[in-house]
Amino acid sequence: MLSYALLVHAAPYSEQGALSALRFAQAAVAQGHRVSSVFFYRDGVHNASTLMAPPQDEVHLAEGWRALAQEHGTELLVCIAASLRRGLMNAEEGVRHGREAHNLEPPFVLTGLGQLVDAMQANDRVITFAP
Amino acid sequence: MQDDEAALAADTPIAPLDLLVILRHPPHGSSWLREGVDVALVAAAFGQSVGLLFQGDGVFALVEGQRAGPLGQKGTHAQLAMLEMYDIERLWVSASALRARGLTPADLMLPVQLLEADALERLVHAQPHTLLF
Repeated sequence: MLSYALLVHAAPYSEQGALSALRFAQAAVAQGHRVSSVFFYRDGVHNASTLMAPPQDEVHLAEGWRALAQEHGTELLVCIAASLRRGLMNAEEGVRHGREAHNLEPPFVLTGLGQLVDAMQANDRVITFAP
Repeated sequence: MQDDEAALAADTPIAPLDLLVILRHPPHGSSWLREGVDVALVAAAFGQSVGLLFQGDGVFALVEGQRAGPLGQKGTHAQLAMLEMYDIERLWVSASALRARGLTPADLMLPVQLLEADALERLVHAQPHTLLF
């Protein structure tokens, strides 16, 4: 049994990387490994959007990530600096920035790059999913 | 010319670091470089030993005399100028990537160690954690 952390740079739907990351995570937990955290960085932060609404005959990435968190305790960590630039924020940041809406909710958590550094130390493997 | 900055000798050991960040994108045109250097700076701020490897178009990051602004992006020179402050002093550059772009170490803003292909391979193999940007 290995513990994995994933680093996702790929935007949802635009690129294969995000889907591959989710499929890897699902396969890993199905085989008894642990995916302790997924860190979303660069365009990967869009995976966390509450407003994601793909057609019904496509994989729903955000729902897939949420299910992973709920069923396997995987932490979904989203880089706050990369998110704010790209227009993703939770309720707390929405208030701080004077916005009337927000589009990021638990189990996705806004956090800093320090959490990525922690994840590298705490896991057997870190796997990057680029575009 | 800094001819003494020749490639690392084949028998020179390469010690493992906590993190190697490989930078392969140029400083303008995308945020790959900036967001990669950000990870290196944060890791160093958290007390990790960090090295940078510039490969491919990533070698352009180090070219002296760049300006930021006209393209609307912040550029990365200011970030790279902070590396020493963060104790990031191990800077490796792919010798072939530098040659292919008509550059020499004298064109670069910071002192670097050139690596030929065999040493590049040894460097990457020696590192337990590598992030690619």
